[in-house]
Parts: sequence; structure tokens; C-alpha cells
Amino acid sequence: MYRIAIFLLLFGIWIIFSGQFDAFHLAMGLISALFITLISSSFLFLDRDRSAGQCLGEIIRIPGYLIWIIYKIFQANIHILKLALTPGDLKGVESSLVKIRTNLKTDFGRYVLANSITLTPGTITVQIEGDELLVHSISDETEAGLRDGTMERRIAEVFERGKE
Amino acid sequence: MIIPIISAVLIALGLLFFIGGAVGILRFPDFYTRMHAAGKGDTMSMFTILLGLAVYQLQDPTPAHILVALKILLIALFIMMTSPTSTHALIKAGFMEGIKMWRRKDRKEKS
Repeated sequence: MYRIAIFLLLFGIWIIFSGQFDAFHLAMGLISALFITLISSSFLFLDRDRSAGQCLGEIIRIPGYLIWIIYKIFQANIHILKLALTPGDLKGVESSLVKIRTNLKTDFGRYVLANSITLTPGTITVQIEGDELLVHSISDETEAGLRDGTMERRIAEVFERGKE
Repeated sequence: MIIPIISAVLIALGLLFFIGGAVGILRFPDFYTRMHAAGKGDTMSMFTILLGLAVYQLQDPTPAHILVALKILLIALFIMMTSPTSTHALIKAGFMEGIKMWRRKDRKEKS
């Protein structure tokens, strides 16, 4: 089941990168994707105790999260742009270290949260220890956005539904 | 006709974000805040510029052009995964070295 998914993923990437549709190139892709799947499929997707339905639901919900996070990144970028281009002695900049607790259970959920925080301009994850994240934030506004926890709720909805 | 306009707008937006990042690196007060400008402005501007190029490829939607657009989007995906990781590694290194954080002089300490 997982092997088939990995094989299809690899073969799809091969097709995108090679761009050739003749029999020779497709056969080469088939052989190499099969070979890679055979020798390394046990290293990928280690968390295998989920049902196929759960995985599928996750895959369906991911694009919605991606669109939301890109919108967030866009907003925050405009905020940073404003900060950088405001003349005078950098009025808005109030850098601070913030500790926030997370309720996310899985490692992957925490990884997504930390990466999303770092991707949104104005906040960078410095450290994760257990369920505490140490975040550096550049202004009061980004700090407020960090504390209200919308991002965490979204991630929990996408990746940890039905795991409470 | 509409596609070149969309891609031009996206690329111009990306350049604007790049300018913000560059000015931010020069103007922000300390190591941490500069990392904000350096690591993030780039991600977004790279993303919009690449998106603009991908849209431009779709002007003439033959399989070859669609493949090029897909490759460009894959590059964007990889940048979006690696850029936060490297920013995080740099800032953690700075934090563990004990680089002092910049503080406004008249700032009240929060509890």
C-alpha cells in the first residue's frame, strides 16, 4: 500500500523532470522508480498505523491550509515591508522573545507549526522543547498574531483530526 | 493578452518584496531582526516571481510548457521547505552563542 504510493510519487516526479514521453525514457523511469522503491521504501512515511481514509482526508485538507498560509505570509510580508520602509527610528520594531505552549500531539504537527511560524515574516522559531516553542517576534503586532493561536487550530484541524 | 499582465504584476510584486528585504537588512537594529528581513522577504518574493514565470509559461499550453511550469512550481515548493529551516538554524546558532537582543531604551518590560 505504502510502496505503491511511494512508487507513484517517484514516477510522477520522474515524468515532470524528464519531460520525455517516448518508451525508452518512460521505461527508464519505471525501472529506477521501482528500484528506489524496493531499496528505500522503509525509510519514508514512518508513521504507518493510520488507515488509508485518514491519509486521504489529510491529503485533501492540505491544499486549503496551504492557501491560507500563503495568504498569511502575504499579509505579514506587507507588514514587514511597512516596517522596513517607515522613515525615522524604526517606530514599529519591538523585538521580543515569546514562549508559547502548543497542544499539538504529533511530531509532524509540531514541525508544521514551527515551519509555518518561521515562514510567516516577523516570527522565527528559535527552539522547541517538549510542548514549548521559543519564538522571536519583531513587533507587537506579530506577537499578538502569535498568541491568538489561529495557526495552531488550523494545523490541528488538518493533521490531527480524530486523535484527541 | 491577460496572461503577460498577470505574470508581470506577480514579478513586480516579488521585486517590491525583495526591496523591502534588502532595506530591512540594512536598517533593522540587530542580528535577529535582520534575519527576519533576510530570511522571509526572500521566500515570498521568490515565490511570487516564480509563480509569475510559471503563469507566463502557460500562455501557450502545450505539454512541454506545462511541464516547465510544473518544474518551476516544484522549485518554489523546495524553497518554501528549505528557507525556514536555514533561517531557523542560523537564528538558533545566534541564540546559543548568546548574541544580545536589541531593546528600545525606554521600553517597559513585560511580565
